[in-house]
Amino acid sequence: MAKSNKPVVWFPFAAGGTVIAFFIPVIALLTLLAALGKLPSGLTYDALHGLLAGSVLAKLVVFGVLALSLWSSAHRLRCTCFDFGLRIDTLVATVLYIAAIVASLAAAMLLFRL
Amino acid sequence: MSRNPLIREVPPTSWYFRHPRYLRYMSREITSIFIGAYCVLLVFGLAALAGGPEPYAAFIAALQSPLSIAFHVAVFIAALYHATTWFNATQVAMKIQIGEDFLPGSTITGAHYVIWAVLSLVILGFAGVF
Repeated sequence: MAKSNKPVVWFPFAAGGTVIAFFIPVIALLTLLAALGKLPSGLTYDALHGLLAGSVLAKLVVFGVLALSLWSSAHRLRCTCFDFGLRIDTLVATVLYIAAIVASLAAAMLLFRL
Repeated sequence: MSRNPLIREVPPTSWYFRHPRYLRYMSREITSIFIGAYCVLLVFGLAALAGGPEPYAAFIAALQSPLSIAFHVAVFIAALYHATTWFNATQVAMKIQIGEDFLPGSTITGAHYVIWAVLSLVILGFAGVF
């Protein structure tokens, strides 16, 4: 059977697409409110720090949402680059996937430090 | 007897103007630029939160620039577009068979919308918006 790395790339992409669909609109709405100067009470330093520092589950959820969204976005950006005529797929894929992994690791370390 | 192979010329950078369907496809592709950039912004927000109250206050203050507000509006619209198109596609991607029949597509997509609405309201309530 031919070996393919497609499932490894594709599964987090599909999971990330679902996670983005369910979570990113409401998170974007919350930070939009913050940007408009109406910071929701759950996004103050004390509330957010308290929530994340006190709960391993909350850290895992935030990490899961961020990592899957980053990977899915990287995969879709790769396709977008190709569709816009940037036909250097190996380079684009390498750069984007490494960026997603680095950002995910950074998120994990930051959450661990909270 | 040999024939020349058929080579269909496809302009690599402007093919999507040929059909409205291609344009809709590309407009959905573009949402990934905003969502990807937004995820990176969230990681920076996490770094500010880990840094302490002062860096976090500076991060929230930086969010309130006009450029940031425009970016957040664009991300919100892109995320809504991604979510609705994603949920509309679920009925094609995940067929559910019960006995001889398939569950109607509208039920599968509708269930996703209901879960999405409840989840969003719960998160908004949890964040103290109401």
